[in-house]
Amino acid sequence: MGEYVLEMKSVSKSFPGVKALDDISLKVRPGTVHALMGENGAGKSTLMKCLFGIYHMDEGEVLLNGEKTTIVNPDDALHKGLAMVHQELQPIPERSIAENIFCGRYITKKYGPLQVVDHKSMYEEAERLLKEVHMEYDSKAKLGTLSISQMQSVEIAKAVSMEAKVVIMDEPTSSLTETEVEALFRIINELRDRGVAIIYISHKMDEILRISDEVTIMRDGQYVGTWQSSEMTTDMIIAKMVGRELTNIYPPRDNEPGEVILKIKNLTSIQPSSFKDVSLTLRRGEILGLGGLVGAQRTELMEAVFGIRHIASGEITYKGKPLNIKRPQDAIRNGIGLITEDRRGTGIFGVLSVTDNVAIASIEKYLDAGFILNTKKVEKLVKDNVDKLSIKTPGSKTLIQSLSGGNQQKVIISRWLANNPDILIMDEPTRGIDVGAKYEIYQIMIQLAKQGKAIVMISSEMAELIGMSDRIAVMCNGRITGELTGKEATQEKIMYYATKFE
Amino acid sequence: MSEEKRFNAKEFILNNAIVFILLILVLAVGFTKKNFFSINNFNNISTNVAVRFIIALGVSGCLITKGTDLSAGRMVGLGACISGTLLQKAEYSGKFFPNLGEFNIFAALLITIAICAVFGILNGVIIAYFKVPPFIATLGMQTIVYGICLVYTGAEPLGGYTKKYTNVATGKLGVPYLFYIALVFGLLMWFLYNRMRHGKYMYAIGGNESAAEVSGVNVKKTLILIYLLAACMYAVGGFLTGAKAAGATVNTGMGYELEAIAACTIGGVSTNGGVGKISGIFIGVLVFELLKVSLQFLGVDPSYQYIVQGLVIVVAVAVDLRKYLAKK
Repeated sequence: MGEYVLEMKSVSKSFPGVKALDDISLKVRPGTVHALMGENGAGKSTLMKCLFGIYHMDEGEVLLNGEKTTIVNPDDALHKGLAMVHQELQPIPERSIAENIFCGRYITKKYGPLQVVDHKSMYEEAERLLKEVHMEYDSKAKLGTLSISQMQSVEIAKAVSMEAKVVIMDEPTSSLTETEVEALFRIINELRDRGVAIIYISHKMDEILRISDEVTIMRDGQYVGTWQSSEMTTDMIIAKMVGRELTNIYPPRDNEPGEVILKIKNLTSIQPSSFKDVSLTLRRGEILGLGGLVGAQRTELMEAVFGIRHIASGEITYKGKPLNIKRPQDAIRNGIGLITEDRRGTGIFGVLSVTDNVAIASIEKYLDAGFILNTKKVEKLVKDNVDKLSIKTPGSKTLIQSLSGGNQQKVIISRWLANNPDILIMDEPTRGIDVGAKYEIYQIMIQLAKQGKAIVMISSEMAELIGMSDRIAVMCNGRITGELTGKEATQEKIMYYATKFE
Repeated sequence: MSEEKRFNAKEFILNNAIVFILLILVLAVGFTKKNFFSINNFNNISTNVAVRFIIALGVSGCLITKGTDLSAGRMVGLGACISGTLLQKAEYSGKFFPNLGEFNIFAALLITIAICAVFGILNGVIIAYFKVPPFIATLGMQTIVYGICLVYTGAEPLGGYTKKYTNVATGKLGVPYLFYIALVFGLLMWFLYNRMRHGKYMYAIGGNESAAEVSGVNVKKTLILIYLLAACMYAVGGFLTGAKAAGATVNTGMGYELEAIAACTIGGVSTNGGVGKISGIFIGVLVFELLKVSLQFLGVDPSYQYIVQGLVIVVAVAVDLRKYLAKK
C-alpha cells in the first residue's frame, strides 16, 4: 500500500471550445480530510465527474492504493471504494431509507427457485448502519420525509456499508444549521479515524481551516497547488483561488449614472433559505454588478423583483413610487426586463423561429385593430434587431435552436429591447458564449446604459464583474455582504465578501 | 451538387413518407377498383374528413401546449345529443321535448356550443390552476360528460330530425356544405394560430412554458382559452355528426378523441409541444380517412382494418420523430 489512497495524475478534459481541466493532480492520503477549493467554474465538479466515470478524461490516470485503475461509471466507482455524498444525488424520495441504502444490491434470500428481497434483514442492517452515523430512525420510513442533513447521513451510511475508502462531500454544509454542521463534523472525524479519506469541497473558509488536513486549490481548470491546511489562512486561500491576470478585454466605458430608478429595501424571501433583508439601489445609466458564489441567492433576488418569486417583507420603490409586482406581466408593463440565467430552460423557445422568439414579449404592440398581428411590423422589428445587434442567422424564420449560444442570447436581448425597458436584469449574460459574441454583448450593455437604462448584471465571473460594472454588490448566503465601486473592486475583495458566511 | 440534390430528395420523401405511401395506396386502389374515383366517393370522403377535421382542430391546441383532451369524443356525443333533442320534427312521435315546436337551427347550434363550452372551461381551469395533468383531467371529464349525456337523454336514441338540420350535412353547393364549413373553420383557425396573439402564446407555451411565463405570457388564461375553444369545436363537430347520421345516441362520438389525436400526430403536431400546422392537421385527417376508405374498397376485413390503422399511427409518429432526432 502506497502513501496515497487515491491519486489523480495530470488529468485533462476538454469540452468543445473550453479546456475544463488542464493537467490537474490530486493526491489524497488515507485517514485525512482533503479540501478541494476553487471558484465556481474552476473545475472541481468536472474533476470529480471524471473520477466517477461520468465524464471520460482526455488524458491522465487514476491510481487507487497505488494501482492504476479505470473507473467506467459511478456504480463501478462505488464498488472500488469511492462514494459521493451529494444532496442532489438522492435518488428515490418515495422509497424507504433501507431501500435507498441498498438500492441495486438488495439483500435477498431464496424461496425455492425464486430470489426474493429479504426486507427484514435489510431493515435491520440499515438500522445498524444508521446507528453508526448517530442516526436513530426507522429505516422503513420514506427517504423523502427526512431533512437534508438526515439524508446526508443516510448517504454516509451507504458509503459506510460499501466500505468506501474515499468519500467525496460536495458542499455538504450548504443548507445545514449550525448544530447539524457539528454533527456532520463529528461523523467526518470518526470516518477519518477509521482510515477513510474524505475529499471535502466547500467555499466556507472557516470550515476548511477547521476540518481539513490538506488543501488543494484549482483555478480556471488548472492546478494551483496543495498545502497543509495548518499553514494556510483565509487570505492566502483567496489569493491563490483568484490569482489570475485580468486578460479579458472589456470595451471602454464612460457611463454617467443618473437618478435613482429602483430602490429595494429590506427585501426578504418567503423561503427561509433564500435572500434576507436585502437593500439595494439602482441608478439610470448604470451597470450594477451582482457578484457572489453560485447559491448566493442573487438570481432569486432579481427574480423576485421581476415577479417570478414572492417576497415575505420589504419594499421596492420604482421611479419614486412603491412598486407592487405579483407576476412577470406586472414587471414587463412597468418597463423591467429579465434575461434569465438558464437560456435553454427559461429563455429560448427552441422549436420556434427567431421572429417568434423576438416578438413574444411585445406582441401587444404589433396588433392592428387590437387583434390582428401585423406581420410586416414584426418582421421589421426583427430585421432591425438582427442588423443592430448583428445577429448571425440564415433568416428570421430559422429556428432559434440552430443558432449559436451567443446569437441566441442576442435574440433574447432583442426580445426585451422591443419593449424599450428602463431596467434590464441580465443573469449571467455571457455564460457559454464565445469570446467574440461576449465582447459584442458587452458593447450592447454599455450602449444601453448610455441611453439611460439601468442594467443589473449577475455574474459569477469576477473579471467580468470588475471589467463591466460601475458598482458591484456582493452577496453571500442570501445577504448583501459588501458593496464596491467599479474602481476599487479587486478579485480578492469580491471573493472576501462572497465567502463572508454569517 | 447533384449528390446534395439526391440527398435532399431522399430526405423529402422520408419526411413525408406517410403521405407518399398513402398516395401510392390511393392510386393503386383507384385504378383497380371501380367507383373509387367517383363524385359519390369524393362527397363521402369530404363529409367524413370535414367533421373529423373540425374535431382535430379543437384538440390540436391542447396537443401543441403539450396537453391532450380525452373528453373530445364524449363532448362530440353530448353536442350531437343536445342538438338532436332540439331539432326534431314537430310531428315526430318520439319527440324528446314534445311541446317544442320548430326550433331555430342556429339557436340550437349556439346552445350546444354554450353547454360544451362550460365543460371546456372546467377542463382549462382544472389544468391551468390545479395543475392536474391534462391526460388525467380530461380523462375524468370524459366520464363525467358521458354520464351527463346518459342522464340527459335517458340513453334513448334520437331521430326524426328536421330537414333543415339534416340538410346541413346532406346539402350540396357543387360540393357538400360540410366541405365549405370545414374550409371556413380551417381558415379561421389558421388565422388564430398565425395572426393573433392567442396563437403566438399557444406556440410559446408549447415551446417552453417557463420561458413563456418569463416573457409575460398569461399562461393560465391562454390554457383555459385553448380548452374552451377546443370544446366549442367539439360542439360543432357533434352538431354536424348528428346531422350527418340523421340521429344520435349516447355512443355517438365514442373514440373520436383518439382518432383526432392520431390524425394531428400523423400531421406533424409534435407531442413535444410547440409544433403543429393547420395544413398538417388537415393532411393527418385526410390520410386517416383515405386509409379507412381504401381498406374498405379493398374489402379488407374490418377487424384487420383496425390493425392497419394502429400500425399507421405508430409508424407515422416514429418517422416523424426520426426527423427531429436527425436534426440533433
